[in-house]
Amino acid sequence: MNDDEPLVRWQWIADHAAELADYTAVHLRLGLLPVLFGLIISVPLGILCHRLRRLYPPVLTVANILYSIPSLALFMIFVRYTGLTEQTVMIPLTLYTLSVLVPNVVDGLASVPEPVRLAATAMGFGTVRRVVQVELPIAVPVVIAGVRVAAVSSISLVAVGQLIGQGGLGYYITRGLQLDFPTPIVTAMVLIMLLALTTDALLVLAQRLLTPWSRSKVTAA
Amino acid sequence: MIRFDAVSKNYPNGTTAVDDLSLELAEGGITVLVGPSGCGKTTTLRMINRMVEPTTGTVSLRGRDIREVNAPELRRGIGYVIQHAGLFPHRTVLDNIATVPLLLGWSRKKARARAAELLELVGLPAEMAKRYPNQLSGGQQQRVGVARALGADPPVLLMDEPFSAVDPIVRAELQAEFIRLQKELHKTIVFVTHDIDEAIKLGNNIAVFRTGGRLAQFDTPERLLTSPADEFVADFVGHDRGIRRLSFVKAAEVPLREGPVLSATSPVAEARAVKEPWVLVVDDARRPLGWAPVAELPDSGTLVDVQLAPLGHTFSLVGDSARAALDSALLSPARLAVGVDADGAVVGAADVHEITGSPGGGDR
Amino acid sequence: MNDFLNQIQLVGDWLTSSSQWHGDEGIPRRLLEHLTYSGLSLLFAALIGLTFGLLVGHTGRGAFAVASVANLARAIPTFGLVVLVVTLAGLSSTPVLIALVALAVPPILINTFEGVRGVDPATRDAARGVGMTGWEVLTRVEVPMALPLILLGLRVAAIQVVATATVAAYPGLGGLGRFIVDGLSRNDYELVIGGSTVVVVLALVVQAVFTALRRVVVSPGLRAAATKS
Repeated sequence: MNDDEPLVRWQWIADHAAELADYTAVHLRLGLLPVLFGLIISVPLGILCHRLRRLYPPVLTVANILYSIPSLALFMIFVRYTGLTEQTVMIPLTLYTLSVLVPNVVDGLASVPEPVRLAATAMGFGTVRRVVQVELPIAVPVVIAGVRVAAVSSISLVAVGQLIGQGGLGYYITRGLQLDFPTPIVTAMVLIMLLALTTDALLVLAQRLLTPWSRSKVTAA
Repeated sequence: MIRFDAVSKNYPNGTTAVDDLSLELAEGGITVLVGPSGCGKTTTLRMINRMVEPTTGTVSLRGRDIREVNAPELRRGIGYVIQHAGLFPHRTVLDNIATVPLLLGWSRKKARARAAELLELVGLPAEMAKRYPNQLSGGQQQRVGVARALGADPPVLLMDEPFSAVDPIVRAELQAEFIRLQKELHKTIVFVTHDIDEAIKLGNNIAVFRTGGRLAQFDTPERLLTSPADEFVADFVGHDRGIRRLSFVKAAEVPLREGPVLSATSPVAEARAVKEPWVLVVDDARRPLGWAPVAELPDSGTLVDVQLAPLGHTFSLVGDSARAALDSALLSPARLAVGVDADGAVVGAADVHEITGSPGGGDR
Repeated sequence: MNDFLNQIQLVGDWLTSSSQWHGDEGIPRRLLEHLTYSGLSLLFAALIGLTFGLLVGHTGRGAFAVASVANLARAIPTFGLVVLVVTLAGLSSTPVLIALVALAVPPILINTFEGVRGVDPATRDAARGVGMTGWEVLTRVEVPMALPLILLGLRVAAIQVVATATVAAYPGLGGLGRFIVDGLSRNDYELVIGGSTVVVVLALVVQAVFTALRRVVVSPGLRAAATKS
């Protein structure tokens, strides 16, 4: 890199604003859909693990092993089946969320006080109704804590997908390296972090709206 | 032994936990600090081992200002037991008990041997040594907590609501065990509780605190029941204190009269001649058999043939208190308490008025 | 399914061909590079993360700063950071190592902090009450009780570092990622999938090492309370 090249050329950002917005939208999709899919898998799986305790350790072990596999390697393994597509990025990212979401669903359900569970049963709730109407709502704060972690790391991992041509804002990172020009790299990083932190803040807000009863407790803690 | 001189503890937010406390705790006894929550009893306790430092005033132990002693060193010489035992979950029961000896630099072998001794002393089987705290019941954890506090055989023991987290049956067990232990060990014990019954049961002396950290009364349990210093103490001690103070009067002090006592071989006519509604029937050795209702006696025969009403229970002149005598009077159909000697032979009887009018019973 | 077997066959062929096990481009050389980057950065990150995590956890001062740093750090795109460092400082291992350390510190820091902070106040009170000094409370009670979380932090950091060291091949560094990146640019799928397999195996070994470590160093008395991972 040229020594007098500044870290950020503001003019470049202005010139590419529209394009940046497009890539930002793609990045959000690639980052957040896996979290949604992860939740769709983790909630029933977590309920199952909560009810069948023996199932939990093996499920957790598998999720942890999946999480430990570097994204680049996992992308490559899926390229064979799904090609250089968005799915190839989103499937591994979905698998990564499981190592956070499944334990948080299980812990969330475990956080339901025993008297509440018993009271619900005594009032005549069937198992399914009890889980859906009583236990899951109480588990929401813990589950959302997991969703926050999953969403933030998923958004930041999307960029690696650029190595198979599907990296959202990651495009500017490889572009910057090829051009030996830091502005796109810095811009992409800042945008990715902003996306992650904004998502995180929105999730905190969502939790407050979803669980008004836990608000006083949250501020007390 | 332990002396508080004009000790106060104020917090920056303006609350006063302890207000101008002066108190001297005798050596070798159990002093109970009792009071409602927020009365400063725990703060007072924690000032003795410098877990809390007083704002003003001095605390001294055996005549020495405790601020002169390095805090960890001071604490190693004072046993400390807390509500949920506060055991170290990552250490086995044996290593928990060996904590203080190890801190004092004993060899591992010697510390473990000492710990094994203590395990036995607090009534736990030796096979518990290898277990971890979360594998024990609440009562067992509390015993381990006591054993840990006794690790280096400290002369002073501080106990902060040690038995309040367990159920009433286990609590009664632990209290009895505690009394037994103290008879053996003669420690100087400072014991915090919010339960006045526990205080009266365990304490040689009781300090009652009121909200705001002021000492309301420092006295023996008996004096606390008979002459509470003020309305607050009277109220805190409870409305049944009149009955409870009888616990401190020996049954031997209850004035007995001969009472309507007849042998089972006596003829019925003799019972009628007594002119009492009930007659106590005894065997050859004067052991009580039961009460005979005079109005329902048959016309002839002896008392052996009579259907007797149950005795309720008698009270012993050698072991019992006036409270047992009162209970015995209330349960007997004749409303008379029957006092027996060590052999179980009837000495005499007393009614409720006579019992409560006995030397320790009346208002003084 | 058939395709899956083909893939295994492919990997098998690649792994067993003798050229993979010799020379500058061989697996041993790349593995050594990878382990050196990962090991060194994890070591430095542990020194920094453990020191500050224990300090903040023990004293309780600076908790907010630790939480904020950890939160912010999770949002940093690791790929971007490595590429940026290479763009700014050129292709040498020291700047990349620094970036790896920076990425590995937060999970160690926050988990160590939370592990120490999470020690039951009654246990800490008892530790002081039996006469432990601050140092003794830290080393004999807080650290052993925080070990499950400390190990979790180290494991997450190790996984992070191994993964990012793989990506570091893209801007031109060595390590196991080279097989994947070179394979991609040469359209040599055998090389890509072979390299990926070695990376996966390394990740599994890391995971297994931490599982074993946990069995050895975490007190059985904490196991029941420490299923969270």
